[in-house]
Amino acid sequence: MNNFTYSQATGIDNAVNEITGHEKSMFIAGGTNLIDLMKENVLHPDHLIDINGLHLTSIEFLDDGRLFLGALVTNADTAWHPEVEKKYPLLAEAILAGASPQLRNMATNGGNLMQRTRCYYFYDTSTPCNKRTPGSGCSAINGYNRIHAILGTSQHCIAVHPSDMCVALRAINAVVQVKGKAGERLIPIEHFHRLPAYTPQIDNNLAHDELITGIILPREHFNTHYKYLKVRDRASYAFALVSVAVVLRLKEGVIDEIRIALGGVAHKPWRDEGVENWLKDKPATDENFAEAADMILQEAKTFGANDFKPALAKRAIVRACREALNREI
Amino acid sequence: MDQVAAPVLVDQATHTITLTINKIPYELKIQPWVTLLDAIREYVQLTGTKKGCDQGQCGACTVLVNGKRINSCLTLAVMKDGADITTIEGVAEDGILHPLQQAFIDHDAFQCGYCTPGQICSAIGLLNEGKARTKEDIQELMSGNLCRCGAYTNIVAAVQQVKDKL
Ligand SMILES: Cc1cc2nc3c(=O)[nH]c(=O)nc-3n(C[C@H](O)[C@H](O)[C@H](O)COP(=O)(O)OP(=O)(O)OC[C@H]3O[C@@H](n4cnc5c(N)ncnc54)[C@H](O)[C@@H]3O)c2cc1C
Ligand code: SF4
Ligand code: FES
Ligand code: FES
Repeated sequence: MNNFTYSQATGIDNAVNEITGHEKSMFIAGGTNLIDLMKENVLHPDHLIDINGLHLTSIEFLDDGRLFLGALVTNADTAWHPEVEKKYPLLAEAILAGASPQLRNMATNGGNLMQRTRCYYFYDTSTPCNKRTPGSGCSAINGYNRIHAILGTSQHCIAVHPSDMCVALRAINAVVQVKGKAGERLIPIEHFHRLPAYTPQIDNNLAHDELITGIILPREHFNTHYKYLKVRDRASYAFALVSVAVVLRLKEGVIDEIRIALGGVAHKPWRDEGVENWLKDKPATDENFAEAADMILQEAKTFGANDFKPALAKRAIVRACREALNREI
Repeated sequence: MDQVAAPVLVDQATHTITLTINKIPYELKIQPWVTLLDAIREYVQLTGTKKGCDQGQCGACTVLVNGKRINSCLTLAVMKDGADITTIEGVAEDGILHPLQQAFIDHDAFQCGYCTPGQICSAIGLLNEGKARTKEDIQELMSGNLCRCGAYTNIVAAVQQVKDKL
């Protein structure tokens, strides 16, 4: 880890002022991703702004009934919050599928959105990586790419976003609230993370001098038929190879609304609204779920070590939909 | 010519912080890049807390901060100024082992013992959280602590014994 200076932000505006114009300063929240990457010499900020003193630590209903999750609430406190458990159980299930209890006690909601990929080459400073060193090349495309993306990839990067929480947020249609010099801005979760395209070094649409203040969950609750299914190399404390977040609502025996978000397959949580619309008004059968899964994975492109992923993703989609449907409440 | 004293070099990077560890306050002059784990082991010389991976992947460094279990390798000591920290050295009271320490002995829940301080601090955190009901819950909620000796079965039995007596 390189040497750096450290300060504690005294307020939201102070945090924004402190970072504005300082390209080599970074915010630190839980530290679980940033300190890891600093130890690996992947990131080397010269100044850290500790934002833990900011009053962004509450979960509360807004006047219109939406639920606000403070950026500094820990993942553990979010998953175990009574209103999240009751109204957004998909989110609780996804968060609890991630990391470990100790890490969830440290990891914050803002930091989780911002976490970097776990691509081994991104971590290994002795190898080329366009995300770490733009223009150096991608070691994964022709390398070992078991954990890598199959949808939305580019010839410059095939990394996946590793978060579980964000996959659930995508199914829930959450909105990220951010504050910068120019004021407050709301970014729908689908526009928060980006595909790699030509600029894999840019993970998301947050500007360097913007602070995430919270996540807003819409009023709609899907607490009857939901499922977060995570498939990984060991039963716990491992990142997803493929994960599926499903919420669905039935009307007179057919699907009224369904949302299917995938993790572990792309540079951002993946959804295909066209396929979700195709399922509308159809019976909730395995056959229909399987056909939908085929359509979602139609464009999948694999790179060798991850050739297994499309088949795994399809089966995971069908199983997650079925388990959401049959959930006992 | 007047003698000019060299200016006193104030190391901008050094912070003075207080960590209360096992009920004893320690004032530390520390640089920001020192992790909480290194502060506990190298500055305060409490070496019960172990460094396994230094990357959040093993749980050997687990301590309790204000009653919550965390990985001390992935936080900075300066970020914990004023915090109340409990390490394995602080879990026994008045010479009497913590019930989990006794349960680990009763169940032979270790071989080399390297993961044990982290396992016990983690299990105390688990009991504080109050979320584990079944054996499967304990397995899942202890999964942040790896044991290379594979003492998992006995670790889970030890935690379960203490939980059931609560
Ligand atoms: C061993 C291990 C296993 C893990 N397994 C999983 C898993 O299975 N699933 C999963 O989803 N995650 C997993 N994680 C990742 C973990 O969830 C993230 O590290 C965590 O969510 C990051 O949050 P943090 O508060 O610690 O962020 P930090 O490390 O403090 O910050 C991360 C980044 O976010 C920025 N940032 C933080 N807060 C803000 C803010 N409010 N506004 C703007 N920028 C901000 C920081 O500047 C930094 O760039 C794992 C981590 C480890 C170490
Ligand atoms: S997949 Fe992306 S992160 Fe991984 S080596 Fe290629 S450019 Fe880097
Ligand atoms: S040393 Fe901290 S988790 Fe391994
Ligand atoms: S007892 Fe040896 S690592 Fe757990």
